[in-house]
Amino acid sequence: MAIHTISVLAQDNPGVLSRLAGLVSRRGYNVTSLSVGKTHRPGLSRFTLVVNGDDVSVEQIVRQLDKLIEIVEVRNLSEDKFVERWMTLIKVRAPLDVRPHVLQTAEIFRCRIIDIGEDAIVIEATGDRGKVEACLEAVRPFGVIEVASSGAVALGRTGFGARKESPVAAIQL
Amino acid sequence: MMNGAQMVVEALRREGVEVLFGIPGGTVIPLFDAMVNAPFRQVLTRHEQGAVHAAEGYGRASGKVGVCLVTSGPGATNTLTGLADAHLDSVPLVVITGQVKTSLIGTDAFQEADIFGCSMPVVKHSFLVRTLEQLPAALAGAFHIARTGRPGPVLVDIPVDVQNARGEFDYPPALNFPGYSAEVAEELSGLDEARRLLERSERPMILAGGGIILSDAAEALLGLAEAGSIPVATTFMGKGGFPERHPLSLGTAGMHGRAQANRALCEADVVLAVGTRLSDRTTGRPDGFAPKAKLIHVDMDRAEVGKTFSPQVGLVGDAAKVLSLLAPSVEGKDCRAWRETLDGWTRSYPLEPAPDVLSAPLVIRAVRRLVDEETVVVTEVGQHQMWAGLHWETNRPRSFISSGGLGTMGFGLPAALGAAFATGKPVVCFAGDGSLLMNIQELESCSRYNLPVKVIVLNNGSLGMVRQWQELFFDERYAQTLEGVHCDFVALAESFFMRGYRVKVAEELEETLKEALETPGPALVDCVIPWRDKVFPMVPAGAALGDFLWPDGGPTES
Repeated sequence: MAIHTISVLAQDNPGVLSRLAGLVSRRGYNVTSLSVGKTHRPGLSRFTLVVNGDDVSVEQIVRQLDKLIEIVEVRNLSEDKFVERWMTLIKVRAPLDVRPHVLQTAEIFRCRIIDIGEDAIVIEATGDRGKVEACLEAVRPFGVIEVASSGAVALGRTGFGARKESPVAAIQL
Repeated sequence: MMNGAQMVVEALRREGVEVLFGIPGGTVIPLFDAMVNAPFRQVLTRHEQGAVHAAEGYGRASGKVGVCLVTSGPGATNTLTGLADAHLDSVPLVVITGQVKTSLIGTDAFQEADIFGCSMPVVKHSFLVRTLEQLPAALAGAFHIARTGRPGPVLVDIPVDVQNARGEFDYPPALNFPGYSAEVAEELSGLDEARRLLERSERPMILAGGGIILSDAAEALLGLAEAGSIPVATTFMGKGGFPERHPLSLGTAGMHGRAQANRALCEADVVLAVGTRLSDRTTGRPDGFAPKAKLIHVDMDRAEVGKTFSPQVGLVGDAAKVLSLLAPSVEGKDCRAWRETLDGWTRSYPLEPAPDVLSAPLVIRAVRRLVDEETVVVTEVGQHQMWAGLHWETNRPRSFISSGGLGTMGFGLPAALGAAFATGKPVVCFAGDGSLLMNIQELESCSRYNLPVKVIVLNNGSLGMVRQWQELFFDERYAQTLEGVHCDFVALAESFFMRGYRVKVAEELEETLKEALETPGPALVDCVIPWRDKVFPMVPAGAALGDFLWPDGGPTES
């Protein structure tokens, strides 16, 4: 069992999220995170799935996803080098007496403070999964009130050798 | 200018549709109205499930896209079983459903069901047409996707206001499916290794699935088998892909496969599996499937290769093409000792039924003798279906039609109706009393169109397949399977204005069958068979293929 990050390029049609999520749950795949957003090409969305499974079952996910008509491209990014970011918003208790400690902890993880109130702040932690999880653990003692997480977004690395470009520009829509 | 409904009719005409199965309802009145003078036939069934199975029967018998048109809500949800059935058996199908008008979608309006959402897990693709502009592309796309690649069912949901909207019609529109290719994405890098394995094999065999039929690869399969004298077993769905009268045929393999086919799979050193998804019903317990063999798995669907088994060699490509590429490597092989072993097994497990007792095998074999090779036979689902698999010698593709993957009771009668429209010839429908009653209303459709559908009821007054499991694995506790059938099938047939016959003893069989087959139009023959009869061989669920049950303790060693 290993963690795999799968990148899916799909037509931006109504129902495509439902179709993808349905396939993943129907076949019993173990999905840790799923995120979706627009790309630079109008009409195309990118889904990022993080799944836990052995190589054979992950290959099955890739192949089954690839069969969906509206899915244009599926890549298991973990087969190669890639960059990945998670973002988590953490609302943490920060009354004046401990606020400097909270801010100091957030600083260690290079978090941004994006909201501040009477006795709580919202910090934005961005990074790979390990960093975001560590940050959450570090502020937990102060009293975490709410958390919202993005799930992973990822792209294959460009590198300096022969560039393995995803032919997004070539897709006719 | 034309309205959306007229566009549908025109699109169907241009797609070459000859016949459409359906039932009108509130949200498809404009569509049926537009079809009054359509150049294709419209067939009214008595239940939407009947319509969708009829379209499947048409598609399976002809290889063309079966088309079904039903109303929204219950009409649409009644097609789900047919969609799932077509999905598992890769049947080209387009199901058009009416939908409430777009402004009412999502408001729980009368006869509103989210069929677009409901259909997702059981279709190759589905469309919800929200505007008139999307309509031509959805229709053209539906037919394109249903019939190309690995065929499958496609749903097109059309709100009634889109049917009534008027606009210009341009057809065929440009198709925009960047994620779908009608061409197979081949992966043939293992070809040389496959050739090597076949060339060196001493006990090779071919396991041919339904893909042989879908890819029109029967000829290529015959070529390869004959080139190397390689024995061929088919899956249940592959029945018809290889002539069963051929000396190299082992018959069907699997849970109720022929003994020699299953034993061959246990002993073979190379198994070439083509166009099969190697389902649990075909393979039995995974570690008991082809345990001594190197497995070469060929399929056009990349996701099937490696799904249930990790083959030594996986090849992705069209069956006919790959078989032709492999044929030279087996040229001149003989495998005489291996074939003699197999022939010995065939003799050890004779299937011939007792001639003096009316039994399902006796009836099936009698009908077989009375009709020609081209005759399409359709089955319902249950014991009779497995008996037909074992005893109905099938020699041509598309002449044996059955619900394989989903195992849908109630499939057979409407599918026979659809097949009769496809072939224009008499169609034999083997049915159990249980299955037949699941869509019995379609006898009315057969009668109304005076179709030559010959329903042969193998009536054991029980839900026989489940009863067989209860006898063997549940200490003979016959929960709900021996309730009896409070129905006179002959009188029922006659009430639908078709001929009904009853056979109770073997002596009357041949003559009654002859009369039923020769009578123009539909007929039903109620054959009363012993309720205790079981289908053998049988590989118990979860057992290895070689551990099949055989009556009276074991084979007759020759």
